[in-house]
Amino acid sequence: MIDTLDQIFVLLKHWIVSFLPGALQPVASVVISVAVIVVLFPLLFALTTVFERKGLGRIQNRIGPNRTGLFGILQPIADGIKSLTKEDIVPSSADAAVHFLAPIVLVVAVFMGFAVLPMGRNMALVDMDAGLLFFFAIGASTELSVFMAGWSSRNKYSLLGAMRAVAQMISYEVPLLMSSVAVVMITGSLSLNKIVEAQNQYTWGLPHWYIFTPWGLAAFLLYATAATAETNRSPFDLPEGESELVAGYHTEYSGFKFALFFLGEYLAMFSISGLGTTLFLGGWSSPLEALGWVPSWFWFFSKMMMSIFVFIWMRGTLPRLRQDQLMNFAWKFVLPLSMLNLFVTALWRFLGEGWERWVFCTAILIVAYVVMGRVEMRAEHFGPRSYRYAE
Amino acid sequence: MLGEGILKGMLETAKNFAGSFVSKERLTTVEYPEERIAPIEAARVFPFLVYDGIEWDAGLRCVACQICEKECPPKCIFIEKSKDKKPDAVGKLQFYPTRFDIDISVCMSCQICVEVCPFEAIKMDNVFELSTDDRFDGLLLDRKQLAKPNAYFHQIHPTEAAAVEAHLAAERAKSDAKSTAAAIASAIKGAERPLPPPPTRGA
Repeated sequence: MIDTLDQIFVLLKHWIVSFLPGALQPVASVVISVAVIVVLFPLLFALTTVFERKGLGRIQNRIGPNRTGLFGILQPIADGIKSLTKEDIVPSSADAAVHFLAPIVLVVAVFMGFAVLPMGRNMALVDMDAGLLFFFAIGASTELSVFMAGWSSRNKYSLLGAMRAVAQMISYEVPLLMSSVAVVMITGSLSLNKIVEAQNQYTWGLPHWYIFTPWGLAAFLLYATAATAETNRSPFDLPEGESELVAGYHTEYSGFKFALFFLGEYLAMFSISGLGTTLFLGGWSSPLEALGWVPSWFWFFSKMMMSIFVFIWMRGTLPRLRQDQLMNFAWKFVLPLSMLNLFVTALWRFLGEGWERWVFCTAILIVAYVVMGRVEMRAEHFGPRSYRYAE
Repeated sequence: MLGEGILKGMLETAKNFAGSFVSKERLTTVEYPEERIAPIEAARVFPFLVYDGIEWDAGLRCVACQICEKECPPKCIFIEKSKDKKPDAVGKLQFYPTRFDIDISVCMSCQICVEVCPFEAIKMDNVFELSTDDRFDGLLLDRKQLAKPNAYFHQIHPTEAAAVEAHLAAERAKSDAKSTAAAIASAIKGAERPLPPPPTRGA
């Protein structure tokens, strides 16, 4: 019974596929999985937008949307109808083909990332040996669409926004990868399924999640920081800083194309949260051995939504960074720490079982954090400005 | 230490998030169409015409002097002066506006018409729910729509109305004194010499 509930979606798929002739079955199985992903995540996106708006409202002591339907729950439908019926404006000087392709490329690339995420026991669309590599390769191609959008609009704000976005995404991709490599070093596999399996073990009823180790916690925090920057979320939302750049690279997009960009941004958030969950929070494994009877997909999605909640919480709290602060933070703080973390991970691996590795690894990381926070991130005092005029 | 401020900030927003569900004081939102706050006394929106007595037609204080029309910065007032005269609320013969329109799509609620009016005839209203589906005629208010009783003015702006009332009473007293003085003077003069022909007005 418990197993049936756990595997209910897999069994359902097999049941549907069994009606088809044998030759069609593999294709149909993939098509069904893809369709489920393509429907499920936009639905989650719709729910997230309304909960984000309500949550941000509460953070600012407001009520948030509450007019459409019960407690404003139908707001995304109203938004969707609005964006569908809006005029689709393409600037006359824009490169129409690229302008049209950019949002599609973004959404397609982001959807591809879901292919390797194990959303439950036996619930990864493709069980790839190098799933992590695939995920990052696909994730990197979203930069292309961002730059396509910015370049083809032929608008200085779009271009500046795209430049910022690309610079930021490339800068933060390095620590993002570096912090994930730590997990690969311990697991010894790039397969996301194997990574989850490695964490799905229990001692005294507690799970072996990587976040419960010193290097794992550090890597998780670095990963979360880099992921926030990678998805252009506040406080790293400079590419679309509306006070400076109107809307960044999607300034010249309206109607449904804008909605696609919006969708792409949120889907990227889901997929990167899903990957973070898989790498550090044990993926679909339950947080206590005693809770093992709860379906695995429930754990995956609740962990992912918790990460989304933290994203929203941070958005409601932190102000936007300046460009130089953003770059300094990436190259002077996050990157060195993630490289050091690789060393600490290796140390953890070779110190063997015992208390020593806990003490050494924790001490190294805390000292590094404090020292680098003091030295690299100290506030720079420039003093009063002086002007020298041309003669 | 680095990141302390972030944690402090997150704690603050978490407090807000949880607090807004339990504390009415935190959640200051007034859900407008259902609940509303009483307007403050100095609130002003568009001008209206004050009339004395019961009938708006007879009691309009406006004498169509057209000063407000000339002073209006966005030129949203349109007045047509009457050819004839009729007694106003006090019984004095005056011109009256045959047409007095304010285009509230143009009006900027600057109150200059109120400042310049020598007859206390135009005052600021505080009605703001004037949206309409007809943006041309629906926003062009004629004199019937603009006319509102003096009692209404007292109700929405009591302090200002009291000051206006005092001012009008003083004016009335002054003109009464003047007319009695003139009557006495003419009586004294009349005792000395034969009565002059009665003055003709509006000739």
